Amino acid sequence: MSFQKSKFHHPRLPLNELGLSYRDYEGSLSTLCAGCGHDAISAAVIQACHELSIPPHRVAKMSGIGCSSKAPNYFMNRAHGFNTVHGRMPSVTTGANMANRELIYIGMSGDGDTASIGLGQFAHVVRRRLNMLYMVANNGVYGLTKGQTAATADLGSHSKSGEANLFADIDLCVMALQLGASMVGRSFSGDKKQLVPLIKAALSHRGFAFLDIISPCVTFNNHATSTRSYDYVHEHIKAAGVVDFVPARTEIVSKFDNQKLEDICLHDGSILRIRRTDDDYDTHDSRKAVAAIEEHKAKGEILTGLLYIDPTPQEYHEMAGTSATPLSRLSQEDLCPGSRVLANINASFR
Amino acid sequence: MNQKINDFVVRFANTNGTGSASANNMFAKAIFRMGIPVSAKNIFPSNIQGMPTWYEVRVSDKGYLGRRGGRADLLVAMNAQSLTADIQSVESGGYLFYDSSKPLDEAVLRDDIHMLGMPISMICVKEYSDPRQRQLFKNVIYIGALAALLEIEFQVLKDLISDQFKGKEKLITPNIHALEIGFQFATSHFECPLPFRVERREFNRGKIMMDGNTATALGALYGGATVVGWYPITPSTSVVEKFAAYCQRLRIDPASGNKNFAIVQAEDELAAMGMVLGATWNGARAFTATSGPGVSLMTEFLGLGYFAELPAVLINVQRAGPSTGMPTRTQQADLLACAYASHGDTKHVLLFPADPEECFSLTARAFDIADQLQTPVILMSDLEIGMNDHLCCELEWQDDYQYQRGKVLSAAELDELERYGRYLDVDGDGICYRVLPGEHPQKGAFFTRGTSRDRFAVYTEKGDEYVQNMNRLAEKFRTAVRYLPRPECREGDKSAAIGLIYYGSTTAAIEEAQDLLRDQGLSSDCLRIRAFPFHSEVQDFIERHQQVFVIEQNRDGQMRTLLTMELEQDPQQLQSVLHFDGLPISGRFIAAEIVARLAREAQTQEAG
Ligand SMILES: Cc1ncc(C[n+]2csc(CCOP(=O)(O)OP(=O)(O)O)c2C)c(N)n1
Ligand code: SF4
Repeated sequence: MSFQKSKFHHPRLPLNELGLSYRDYEGSLSTLCAGCGHDAISAAVIQACHELSIPPHRVAKMSGIGCSSKAPNYFMNRAHGFNTVHGRMPSVTTGANMANRELIYIGMSGDGDTASIGLGQFAHVVRRRLNMLYMVANNGVYGLTKGQTAATADLGSHSKSGEANLFADIDLCVMALQLGASMVGRSFSGDKKQLVPLIKAALSHRGFAFLDIISPCVTFNNHATSTRSYDYVHEHIKAAGVVDFVPARTEIVSKFDNQKLEDICLHDGSILRIRRTDDDYDTHDSRKAVAAIEEHKAKGEILTGLLYIDPTPQEYHEMAGTSATPLSRLSQEDLCPGSRVLANINASFR
Repeated sequence: MNQKINDFVVRFANTNGTGSASANNMFAKAIFRMGIPVSAKNIFPSNIQGMPTWYEVRVSDKGYLGRRGGRADLLVAMNAQSLTADIQSVESGGYLFYDSSKPLDEAVLRDDIHMLGMPISMICVKEYSDPRQRQLFKNVIYIGALAALLEIEFQVLKDLISDQFKGKEKLITPNIHALEIGFQFATSHFECPLPFRVERREFNRGKIMMDGNTATALGALYGGATVVGWYPITPSTSVVEKFAAYCQRLRIDPASGNKNFAIVQAEDELAAMGMVLGATWNGARAFTATSGPGVSLMTEFLGLGYFAELPAVLINVQRAGPSTGMPTRTQQADLLACAYASHGDTKHVLLFPADPEECFSLTARAFDIADQLQTPVILMSDLEIGMNDHLCCELEWQDDYQYQRGKVLSAAELDELERYGRYLDVDGDGICYRVLPGEHPQKGAFFTRGTSRDRFAVYTEKGDEYVQNMNRLAEKFRTAVRYLPRPECREGDKSAAIGLIYYGSTTAAIEEAQDLLRDQGLSSDCLRIRAFPFHSEVQDFIERHQQVFVIEQNRDGQMRTLLTMELEQDPQQLQSVLHFDGLPISGRFIAAEIVARLAREAQTQEAG
């Protein structure tokens, strides 16, 4: 079920450049369990899109099947959404993007959806450098089907019923890095300060941006022996950098004279500002990022933050050389060669 | 022996990968250019190199374009590997043309056929130093010999060579020389012409010779398809390859050099179909092409397309199944898998082209139908139509024709609406109004999903809402008939007792089958099905005839099943004539089956 929220607006809510309040970015009332990490992700998306003044109707919300894939219902009611089938959101988004390069694509998936049934499609959407934000709400379990172990669960971590996971985890950030994602970040649904700027940066990034967001399942994976519980994640988190995002339109007044500060200019002129907690961390080297993820994992830590960015990547349409006008908007005159050309074609088959 | 003009079968036996295909094709094309009806079939292995392959050409003044069936009148035996079998496949009194560079094994010889030996390999060794040339020109040389044996006009062959090597003029002279070597040898060593030969006619005006996959690709191009997701599989691969090639020529924006199309070779058929649905959701025309195994993988998405009501065009170039089946052999065995693809109560619109011209026109139309009905449409082609060259009418396009985009609301139309409901049946035809993403800042957004929803696209598990939606989809399927091509019905004298129902590539064999039946005193009416769901004419036709034979190329009589299920037809009234060895069905087979069946029935009646 989804419930409509009341349309009541507080008259003094702050408005963005489009004259919209954050209420204009909300979705239906959530039907997820109270305290589910996925709702916090929705809230972060709402905040990020509101602050970036993204026109909600220009957003396409794409998802697969799972609790996490339901989440797009709970943000931006004015955007069209597509709940596809389990694990196949990447291909549908690819087709949608091929047809209309002008919309803003936000893909929302679960770790079951992406790392199991959809792993093949995930790998290929990364390779194809689709211009989109791909978010995985990673809770280490299948929520919607009630608690089976996901392929992202850590080796040896315990399920609610006490069974130890026999198999190594699939690290989706490592995969995304190896397959050529041009922006990769990891965050925690409970850390809005880090998550919101990351989402803003990803939305401004013209290329494939991947965010793995640890998002505890309060119902099936928040117990004492889980490595995806709120408590566990809070204790083991290690940030590669504190991220801030400066939109293109905001004037940057001062440049901090701080060794640990880096400004990354994105395609649209906006600035991604990273204050390092780790001196050696290099956000521009995908191989080092993989190594860093593995090193921290070996120490039992979860490395979060912006892990990698290529500020000027190529995306699918640039590589393929497709028309600047969305293919879906080309007219019959643009597309149909007409009877005279056909007469020549006929002649070549005589 | 009487001279037989324009009525014979020549079969070429070659080795895969030796370049014989273009020479054999030139042979068929020459006869076509002489104005004589001709049909050509590739019979090839699922292998790239080294295996036996055959090419069968039927010449027929009567215009029979199906396989004749049975043995060949002339066999061009160029493959030692298959020689024993090839000798057996010559009609008694017929001819075997072979490479006599090595003596033949006496044991396999037949004394009821004529042997025409030519030391082609030896001649090539003398003529050419390069081994590749020796191989390639062998093929051209035997075509030259056949020109003398069958009286093919030499100028026609020379013109074909010039056309083929336009832009590579250097190659013209040596090719014509090779033709001459063969021609001269045949004239001086054999009694030319043979008792059967060709004679110029004027039957091919307004006709072309094209394969169905090329025509399908052109249909997609003319139909306005811009997005393709696909995964290679025989025999559908050339649909997308040809589409890509024509797009490179005809769909590049002259000002910017940008492409007005996008093709992605997907990771598998699941993804290919997903891309199609994503693209049509955004308002582009999109298609994919595949064959049986790919259809199996696409079924989940076909169900989504049906339930979420998204247009899509799927080209299914059928091959012999089940499973990997016989990848390079033809069949019509995916009907049920396509009509009801996916779980739950799901039904899909099917189109049945009979030849390349229809591959073109029905593919172009499929995009309109898919848009108008907001549902997947499957074009049921097959290897026989798709990969073989066929004599067919020229492709036609009406320049004043406008694409039918169906019920899509613009921003202005949305403004007029009090409340938009994606699944409201406003017009009572089961077809609702779509809104494309990004169209309107405030209105019209909804969730597209494969789960149950109410008329306003809000998720619901309420039984009555679900039932209403499912009933509307059934209503839409009934409405579909309005948009689909009607069956083609040919009834002679109204007294014909038997009716023939067929579809797709079987069509080529029907006229001959009817003539053969008439020779035996049996008149028949015929009905060619061009679409599923069925028009009422199909039911009427069945009711008008005491006995109806459903002729198809699969084991289980899938069209018959579909007819009995969908029309609630008494199965007793429909008899199957089934051919499914992977080769195209022949007129002889159809007639013989029906005659035998009727004879058996007459016997039982007498006995009773
Ligand atoms: C083809 C198919 N197989 C299985 C399912 C059942 N199913 C629905 S959601 C789901 C797993 C969801 O897990 P995840 O993606 O991690 O999302 P979460 O619910 O944990 O947020 C499964 C197996 C399905 N819908 N379709
Ligand atoms: S089951 Fe878990 S993942 Fe699903 S809504 Fe509840 S808390 Fe969230």
